[in-house]
Amino acid sequence: MSSTHDWINNPLGVVKEMFDMSHNNSTSGWEEKVVKFFKEQLKEKDARTAVPSLNDVPLHYLKPNSLVKFRCFIQDMFDPEFYMGAYETVDPSSKAKMMQCGKYKDVAECSVDFHSSNTVNAERQTFYCVPVPGESPWVKERYASESQGRVVPSTSYAPSRQKRSYEDDDDMDTHPQKQREPNSAVGPQSPDNHHGNADCKRQETEAPSSQAASASHLDLNFPLPGEKGPSCLVKVYEDWDSFKLNDMLEVYGILSVSPVLSVLADEKETSSSLLDPTDSMETAAEQRVHCPPASLVPRLHLVHSQRLLHNNPLMPLTVMEQNTAFLSSTLSEMAAVRAELLTYFTHVLLGDTLAAEYLILHLISNVYNRRDVLPLGKFTLNLSGCPTVGSYTERLYHIIQQLVPSSFYLGMTLQNLNQMRLVPKKDYVANRLVSGALQVPKNTSLFLDETRLEQGQLDTAGVHNVTALGNLISWQKVDYDFNFHQMEFPCNVNVLVTSEGRSLLPSDCQIHLQPQIPPSQIEEYLSSLHVPSDSSSQVNKFRIFLGVARLLDYSISDEVTKSVEDDFVDMRKDDPQSVSAEDLHRMLVVARLLSLSLGQTTLCRDSWMRAKHIEMQRKTRVEQQKCVNGNEP
Amino acid sequence: MAMPTSPGTDLLSPAAPQDTSLLSSPRPSVLPPDVDMSSPLMYGTPIRGTPARQRPDLGSVRKAPQVDLQSEQPVSDATVGSEPSGGQRLVIWGTDVNVNICKEKFQRFVQRFVDPTSTEDENAGLDLNEPLYSQKLEEISVVGDPVLNVNCRHLQSFDAELYRQLVSYPQEVIPTFDMAINDLFFDRFPDSFLEYQIQVRPYNALKTRNMRSLNPEDIDQLITISGMVIRTSQLIPEMQEAFFQCSICGASARVEVDRGRIAEPAACRHCNVSHSMALIHNRSLFSDKQMVKIQESPEDMPAGQTPHTIVVYAHNDLVDKVQPGDRINITGIYRAVPMRANPLQSSVKSVYKTHIDVIHFRKTDEKRLHGLDEDAEQKLFTEDRVQSLKELSLKPDVYERLASALAPSIYEHEDIKKGILLQLFGGSRKDFSQTGRGHFRAEVNILLCGDPGTSKSQLLQYVYNLVPRGQYTSGKGSSAVGLTAYVMKDPETRQLVLQTGALVLSDNGICCIDEFDKMSDNTRSVLHEVMEQQTLSIAKQHVILALPVSVPHRVRPSPCPSRTVSVPHRVLPSPCPLCLFLRFDLIFLMLDPQDEAYDRRLAHHLVSLYYHGEEQMEEEFLDMSVLKDYIAYARTYISPRLSEEASQALIEAYVDMRKIGSGRGMVSAYPRQLESLIRLSEAHAKVRFSERVETIDVEEAKRLHREALKQSATDPRTGFVDISILTTGMSATARKRKEEVAQALKKMIQTKARTPAMKYQQLLEELRAQSETAVTKELFDEALRALADEDYLTVTGKTVRLLA
Repeated sequence: MSSTHDWINNPLGVVKEMFDMSHNNSTSGWEEKVVKFFKEQLKEKDARTAVPSLNDVPLHYLKPNSLVKFRCFIQDMFDPEFYMGAYETVDPSSKAKMMQCGKYKDVAECSVDFHSSNTVNAERQTFYCVPVPGESPWVKERYASESQGRVVPSTSYAPSRQKRSYEDDDDMDTHPQKQREPNSAVGPQSPDNHHGNADCKRQETEAPSSQAASASHLDLNFPLPGEKGPSCLVKVYEDWDSFKLNDMLEVYGILSVSPVLSVLADEKETSSSLLDPTDSMETAAEQRVHCPPASLVPRLHLVHSQRLLHNNPLMPLTVMEQNTAFLSSTLSEMAAVRAELLTYFTHVLLGDTLAAEYLILHLISNVYNRRDVLPLGKFTLNLSGCPTVGSYTERLYHIIQQLVPSSFYLGMTLQNLNQMRLVPKKDYVANRLVSGALQVPKNTSLFLDETRLEQGQLDTAGVHNVTALGNLISWQKVDYDFNFHQMEFPCNVNVLVTSEGRSLLPSDCQIHLQPQIPPSQIEEYLSSLHVPSDSSSQVNKFRIFLGVARLLDYSISDEVTKSVEDDFVDMRKDDPQSVSAEDLHRMLVVARLLSLSLGQTTLCRDSWMRAKHIEMQRKTRVEQQKCVNGNEP
Repeated sequence: MAMPTSPGTDLLSPAAPQDTSLLSSPRPSVLPPDVDMSSPLMYGTPIRGTPARQRPDLGSVRKAPQVDLQSEQPVSDATVGSEPSGGQRLVIWGTDVNVNICKEKFQRFVQRFVDPTSTEDENAGLDLNEPLYSQKLEEISVVGDPVLNVNCRHLQSFDAELYRQLVSYPQEVIPTFDMAINDLFFDRFPDSFLEYQIQVRPYNALKTRNMRSLNPEDIDQLITISGMVIRTSQLIPEMQEAFFQCSICGASARVEVDRGRIAEPAACRHCNVSHSMALIHNRSLFSDKQMVKIQESPEDMPAGQTPHTIVVYAHNDLVDKVQPGDRINITGIYRAVPMRANPLQSSVKSVYKTHIDVIHFRKTDEKRLHGLDEDAEQKLFTEDRVQSLKELSLKPDVYERLASALAPSIYEHEDIKKGILLQLFGGSRKDFSQTGRGHFRAEVNILLCGDPGTSKSQLLQYVYNLVPRGQYTSGKGSSAVGLTAYVMKDPETRQLVLQTGALVLSDNGICCIDEFDKMSDNTRSVLHEVMEQQTLSIAKQHVILALPVSVPHRVRPSPCPSRTVSVPHRVLPSPCPLCLFLRFDLIFLMLDPQDEAYDRRLAHHLVSLYYHGEEQMEEEFLDMSVLKDYIAYARTYISPRLSEEASQALIEAYVDMRKIGSGRGMVSAYPRQLESLIRLSEAHAKVRFSERVETIDVEEAKRLHREALKQSATDPRTGFVDISILTTGMSATARKRKEEVAQALKKMIQTKARTPAMKYQQLLEELRAQSETAVTKELFDEALRALADEDYLTVTGKTVRLLA
C-alpha cells in the first residue's frame, strides 16, 4: 500500500486513506486496521531502527507529523480527554461539506461545523512521559548508535526552524548524553573524568546549555535531579488501562509540534475572561503543565507501543524464551563471565572476594513475585566498612553505573535528606504528580551513600524521607503522597547501601568490607583502580551477564526442597536461636541468586551448600565486627 | 422609570429576589401580553408572587427559542423548543419528552409514592406509610427551604419510563418537574411564603458510575459519581444577564448570557445612536458559582494508575457546600464544551472540556453521624459478585477458607488468623443510649505478643493492606498527639490547623500499632478511651482558638476503630496497662515453637513460597479482592442478633469461666470477657452471612477465646489459666507467694530487736536463711514494696527503716 518512507514520513496520510475508505462507517473497523497496519510495518526487519528516535535526535531535526519513537517512562497520567474523532468541515466559499478524521491529531481544521450531527466524539488518554530516569550514558550512546533513523536536517526545513528564537532551541537540548553538572548537590563529586572520552565528542554537538534558565521557565518534572532530555505528552487511543504509572515503554507515535497548541495556550492566559466559564477555571500553573509549548514538550499520538522489560541495548527486546539462540549462547558463557566479573569486583572491592560475591548477587536480584505484602527476591545489600578516603564510594558507583542500564546515586547528606523530594507528591494546583527521586523504573540500581552522613538534625521532611527509604527497602513500595491519602505503588529497585558502620536503614543482608590492602595504601590503590572502558568486549559481556541473570526463570525440584528442609531442621536442632525463619528466607534468596548467576535455572545441591557456606562466612564476619565495635547494636 | 424591554427577555429572564436586591431593577409584575404561551417550559414565571430562581445548573434551559416555533426548526442542539408531532402531542425538540404527560406523571409520583422500607436518615421522622414526597412538601411549607431532593431509585421503582427520560434529558425534564411540583405545592399551600420556587434535585441516579467509566455517551445525561473533593475555587460571580444603558438617552437594555457570551447591543433602540450602550455592572445580574475538583476515591482505582479528576461546577446555594477532603456523591449533568473556533486562526484544538454541573451533593461521611457503616454505601456490589459471595458463604468450611486466605505467606498460626478474621468482621452495633449506657463497642481488639522474628510485623502489614482505611504506626516514636490529633501552623496559610493522628484516620478501619511495648505510658493511656468507648476527646487548653470548631467533628460517637497491637516480647510489661489489657478481646502469643516437625513444615512452606509460580498461588487461596469484598459485604449487610439458645450458651460459658478460677481465689473472667464473647460470636455469625447468632458461633468464640487465653494466660507454674496474669502481669500463685514472703519478712523484723534501721543486704540474707524455699532478690523487693505499701517501713537506698 505505502512505501516505507510514506508511513514513516507521512503516517497521517495512511490514516486518512483508511479513514476515507471507511466512509465514516463506524462498523468498518478502520481504526483497528490502522493499528494493525503500523504493528505489521514495525514487525519488519530494520523497521524499528529506521524510525527516528526522540531520545537521540534533537526535536528541531524531526519532521512534524512524522512517525517517531521514544524510549520513555510514564511519569504521570492526566485525565482522559474527549476529542472530535470525526467531524465535518464546511468550505466557507463553496459550502461543500467534508468529513475529516480527528484521530491522531491535536488540532482540527478550521471551519468545523460544530453542529453537524455527523460529529463523532471519542476519548483518549494522555500520559506524561519522560526519558527513562537514571539511564546510564552507555545505554543512551548504544541506542543512539543503533538507530539508523538519524535525520539529517533537510535544507528545506531547517532554516525555517532556525529563525525561531535561539532560546527555545537551547531549552530543549535533546542530546542523548546525560550531563551531570559538576556542582550538582546530588551527584558524586568527580564523575566526568571517568568517562571523559565521551565528553569531548559531546561538546561539539551540544548547543550551549542554558539549563538554569530553562528550569525556571518550565519544570519538566524529571524524577531525578540533573536529568535532561525531551519530555512528551503521549496520547493513547486504545486500551489505556493496561498502562501503568512507572512503566518503561517504547512508544511509536505521530509527532505533533503544531505551534497552534502553544498559541492557544498563551492566548488563554491573557484573555481569561469573566464570561467564559471554562477558561477562568484552569490556573496558570495547570495550564503550564497540561498545555506546555509544543516546542518544549511535543505531543506524540501513539500508534504502537511496547512495554520494555529492560532497557539494556545489548539484549533482545523480546521475552527471553523467544530468543533461544541468544539465551543458550549466553547461558553457556555465564559461569566464565561470572568468574571474570568476580575477579574484577574483587579488585574493585579492595581484594575482598566474599563482598564481591555478594555484590554480584545483589546486582542480579529482582523482585520476581509478591506474596500478599511480601516481595520475593529482593536483596538489599549493606556494604559496611567502606573506606572514606579517596571518594571510594563514588568510584564504586561509577563502576556500577558502567555496568547496569539505570542507576542513581543518592549521597545521604543531611542536606539531601532534608531537602530532596524522594516521594512523589500530587500537586493539586497544577494537577500533576510532582516527581520524586524514588519514582524510578524497575530494576534501577539505587546507590545510597551513607558515608556522606554527617552530624545534625533531620527535620520532618528528612524523617519522612528516611521512612520512605526504609519502606522501599523492606516492602519494595513507595507511598505516593496524594495529600488527602497515600497511594501505594509497588517498585522493584535494587538498593545498595554503603556505610562505615551498620546502616541506619534496614537491609536484607549486611557485609562488612575487609580490605586486603593496608589502610595506608588504599588511596594509592584507588587511584590505580581500573575502570572498565566503554568499548571493551569484557564490559559488554558483564552488562549482558547482569541483564540476563536477572530475567531468568528459576525453580526448585522436590528433591532439593526436601534436602533444604532437612538442612534447616538440622540447623535448628543445633542452635535454634541462631537460625530463624528469616535466615532461611535469606538463604533461599542467596541460593536462588547464586544459581542464576551461574546460569542454572534450577537449584542444585551444590549451589545450596555454597549459599549456606557463604552465608556462614558472612555471618561470622558480621559477628566479629560486632565484637570489634562494642557499640554496634 | 418605565423601561421598554424586549418581551422575550422579560419572560425568560429569571426574576431576582426583588425584595432583597437593591440592585435589581423594579420590573413590571404584569406579564406583557405578547408572551408566546406555546413555549412549553415557562421557566421563570412567578407563581402567586413567588419568583422562580434560575437554575444555572441546568444550563441553557432558560434559553427557550425566540424563534417562531411553527415555522423554523431550531438549529442549536442546546435549544429547547417544541414541535407539534401528531396533533396535540407536543414534545420538546430533540427529545421524546411531552411536558404535560411528564408533569402529570411526576405529580402522581409525588402524591402516591410510598416507601415503607425506607431506611434513609433524611426520612427519619416521616410516616413511612404515607406518600413520602407529599410529606416532604409539607416540610418545605414549614421550614421554608424550597428544595426537594428526589431519590431516583424511588422514581425508577415507581415509573421506569419517567426515570429513563430524567436520566436521558435532565435539562428538559427537571424544569418540568419544577413546574409540576410548584403547581402542586401552591395548590396545597396557597398561603405559604417561599423565597423562591421549589427546585427539584434528583440524586442517586442509578447510573452511578465510577469516574473512570464516564465516556462520551454520558454527555448531557444525569449521572451520579462518587469521589473526593480536592480543591474548591473561590466564589465566582457569573453574569446571567447584562444590563446596558444608553449613554445618550439613558434607555436601558437587558441582554442574557448565551453560552458564555453577551451580544452587546450595537445601537440604542430608543434613540438609534450606535455604539452608545454601556454595560452597567451594578445592575447586571450575577449568580454564584464555584469550581470544585473531584478526584476518584482511592478505593475505586485500579492498581498502578493515578486517580482521575473531574471539574464540577456548583451553583447558587450549592456553593461552599463541600470542602476539600470530603468524600461525596454528586449528581449532575455531564457536559462537554467544544473549543470555539477563533476567527484569527486557521485551526482549532479538537478537544472538548468536560465538567459536571452539579445538581445534588451528598457527603458520604455525613452518615457516620447516624452510626452506620458508610464504607459499604459507597461500595457497590454487582449482582454476580453478591451471588458468588453468597455461594461462598454457604460452603461449610468458609470460616477456615477465609482464615487461610488471610496472609497466606505467613505460616500456620491458624487461630491468630481466625481471630484477626473475626476482628475484620466485627460484632453488631448495639445502641443502649436510651437506657443510659451509651453504645457498646462492636469492634474487636487484638493484642499479639511473641518472640522476635515470628512475622508479627508482616501480619500487621497484611491487615493494614487489606482494610480500606488501615493505619500503620509504630509505638516507637509515636506520641499521644500523634495518635489523636495535634494542632500545628500551616506553613502556607499560617493558620492553626488540626492535624489528625493515626487513630482518627483509621476511623472505621483498623489501626495497627507495631512495637506497642516501646510506647510511652502516657501515649498508651490515650488508648483506654478509644478502645472501650470508641471515642476520642482532645483537650488542648492553650489553643482554644482553633479547637472549638474542629473538636466536635472528632469527638463523634464511634469514631474509632478496632485495632491490632503487637508487643514483640513474650513477657508482658507488668505494672503499666492493667486495664488496657482487659480491653483486648483476644490476646495471642506468637511463639517460636522450636520443635522439629514445626521446623520442617515451616521450611517446606518457605521453600514453596520461593519457587511456586504465581498461578499456582492464585489457585490455592482465595483472592485478596474476594476476601475484601466478602468482608465489606458482611460488614454492611449482615447484623446478626443473638438467638435464644446462643444467649443461653453464652451465659453458661461465662459462668464456667468464672467457676474455673473461683475455687482457688482467682478471677478468671470479667464481664468484659462476656462482652468479648458476644462480639466474637456475632463476628462468626457474620462470617457465615447469618442473621442469627447460633450455638456454633458461641462455641467457636469460646474456643478461640480459650485458645488465646491458653496461649497467653497460662500460669507457667500451675498450668491453670489465670486471667489475672494479664491484669497484674503476675500469676495468682506468684502473688500468693509474694504475700507469704512479705508476711515472713514482717514477722522476722518484728521478732528482731526494734532497731529502726536495717541493712538491706543483711535482711535479705537472714530471710533466705530462714525460708525453706528460695527467695530471689526480685521476690524480696516485691515483699519490701508490699510492706512499704502498708506503711510499715520505707526503703531508702540500702537501708530499710521501720515506720511508726
